[in-house]
Amino acid sequence: MARGEAKSNGEGNGAATEHLLALRGFSKSFGPVRALHEVDFEVDAGEIVALVGDNGAGKSTLIKAIDGVQPPDSGQAYFDGKRVRISTPQAAESLGIATVFQDLALCDNLDVVANLFLGKEVVDGVPVHVLDEVDMEQRSNQLLSDLSVTTLGSVRTEVGSLSGGQRQSVAIARTLIGEPKVVLFDEPTAALGVAQTAQVLALVKRLKDEGLGIVMISHNLEDVFQVADRIIVLRLGERVATFDREKVSPETVVAAITGADTAEMRRLEEQDQKGEEKTDD
Amino acid sequence: MEGGVAGQLRALGKDAQSGFLGRILRGDVGFIQVFIALAVIWTIFQLANDRFLTAVNLTNLMLQVTAIGIISIGVVLVLLLGEIDLSIGAVSGLCAGIMAVLTVQHGWSPELAILVGLLAGSAIGLINGFFNTFFGIPSFVVTLAGLIAWQGALLLVLGDTGTINLPPSLITDLTSTFYGAGVGWTLAVLVTAGTLGVGLLGRRRRQKANLEPPPLAGIVFRTVLVGAAMFIGVGILLSDRGVPLAVIILLGLTGLFAFITERTRFGRHIYAVGGNAEAARRAGIRVTRVRVTVFVIGSTMAAAGGIMAASRLIAVNQSSGSGDVLLNAIAGPVIAGTSLFGGRGTVWSALLGALVIGSISNGINLLGLESSVRFMITGGVLLAAVTLDAITRRRRSQISVT
Repeated sequence: MARGEAKSNGEGNGAATEHLLALRGFSKSFGPVRALHEVDFEVDAGEIVALVGDNGAGKSTLIKAIDGVQPPDSGQAYFDGKRVRISTPQAAESLGIATVFQDLALCDNLDVVANLFLGKEVVDGVPVHVLDEVDMEQRSNQLLSDLSVTTLGSVRTEVGSLSGGQRQSVAIARTLIGEPKVVLFDEPTAALGVAQTAQVLALVKRLKDEGLGIVMISHNLEDVFQVADRIIVLRLGERVATFDREKVSPETVVAAITGADTAEMRRLEEQDQKGEEKTDD
Repeated sequence: MEGGVAGQLRALGKDAQSGFLGRILRGDVGFIQVFIALAVIWTIFQLANDRFLTAVNLTNLMLQVTAIGIISIGVVLVLLLGEIDLSIGAVSGLCAGIMAVLTVQHGWSPELAILVGLLAGSAIGLINGFFNTFFGIPSFVVTLAGLIAWQGALLLVLGDTGTINLPPSLITDLTSTFYGAGVGWTLAVLVTAGTLGVGLLGRRRRQKANLEPPPLAGIVFRTVLVGAAMFIGVGILLSDRGVPLAVIILLGLTGLFAFITERTRFGRHIYAVGGNAEAARRAGIRVTRVRVTVFVIGSTMAAAGGIMAASRLIAVNQSSGSGDVLLNAIAGPVIAGTSLFGGRGTVWSALLGALVIGSISNGINLLGLESSVRFMITGGVLLAAVTLDAITRRRRSQISVT
């Protein structure tokens, strides 16, 4: 059973509590435009969920609803089994939901340490908040070596002089300073070269191994098939399919994205199942 | 190991990065260019007139740069945000005018009059910050309006008399108090020991934390440089009238704001907003609050500079804060390396820039040349400094690509 709607309907609201983060019936309209319609969504700890779909399918709207930038019109959110309201980015952050933005929100004029701790600086002294540079530098080194980011050289390098992949690594590492449980990636490999893409995807996998729940928007199915555990397809604001990455072919996912007719979908899925059985033997 | 042209290029780049020449080209050695420029200017004027490097003239020079230097401190903070404040000259005049009217015509105590003058500056900064952040009007326009309006306000405050002379009081003492050998040498020893102590303490902390410690030679070099400047400077000042209170105020304020910008969370947030305001906002920094606070500091420092200028002139008149005050206060930090585009620069550039501009102005007056020459030379130095800066920036980005 790979069809998403049937699966999620079967689970119902009661089962929402089993997931790290679960959304039920999220809808969002911009005037007459229906950007999201009754979308269910869930991600578990230690899982990478890829969110795919054509332009205007509602991926970014869904991400913005999750990280509190643009709350939905209706729908319920559950975090760690508890009903929560994510109405602001601050609320998302305090729950443990962090976002790595597509356009790399880094300050080029500051060094790696300053960027990692931006807005979360370690200070001592109560009336005057004096920066504790030694502590921040130590923790930066620790964090980057935990993530096996070794290409940076010195953490005192200005971020403006780093390559695209290095900058993305810093942007990803930065979200971990707040010790999040769910990390959202908006096109993490857009505009990166081959080697840098591999570097960033390895980093995403490492976060999964740490037990974080990962949600990744991507246009690049090659990337998706490299790292994702589940693939959720949005089309015209609705969740139209959910696939187990190991049991699906890229052709089927493309068909779901573009909205091929039901007969064609069924044929492709059956083909995938057969392929699966063959490899099982 | 890498071989080939690429490897060689990389090695070359590394060479340029570690070598002294490379560091100069990348602008890493900080103020060395400004020191060189200052040395050249002083040498030329000394050759042209041997009274330039006398104790009397150097003391005068220091007194001349205090007002502009203090205004420039505020300018640096505003420039770090990537904003500009064109009203600083008018604000310095207006706040000095308010202070003068309160103490001379209304009989207020000088302390209270100074305080109200400074608060008037803060209030103006609040207005600038409010229009800039709340209505999103570019600071250039807000403060251009301020430049015109506050000049008018100064005329209003001064009333029919036009000029208010300041009787001897705390206000005039600000620039006419000189300290003797005791205070002077103590200051030199404290600053030198402080530089060494901070350097060594920081090094020890990093060693304890297993971080790469800064080279000892660098700390010694900095201490020797600061120590030499302090002891020679104090020696020269003492051989004339003594160490001026005004200079101590200027150095104290520079040190205070250098500490705030480089070592505190608020300072880090200023650089972040100037570097990428959207990134700062997403990181949870309250950008509006940072902006408004910086505009308040900028205008308050302008008021402080205006009060120092009034103290030195012993009067406030209709032209207080007009003329080249605004341009010099902005040109100084830019000459000494603070970027007009935000996020790059230090508070020390206020002091050094004021010294460069003050030296040119002082030297030309000493030679008896016209103001026309002074303006043209100052403009030329500004253009040369910014060009040099652009070249070093380009070098830096080229090297970092390898």
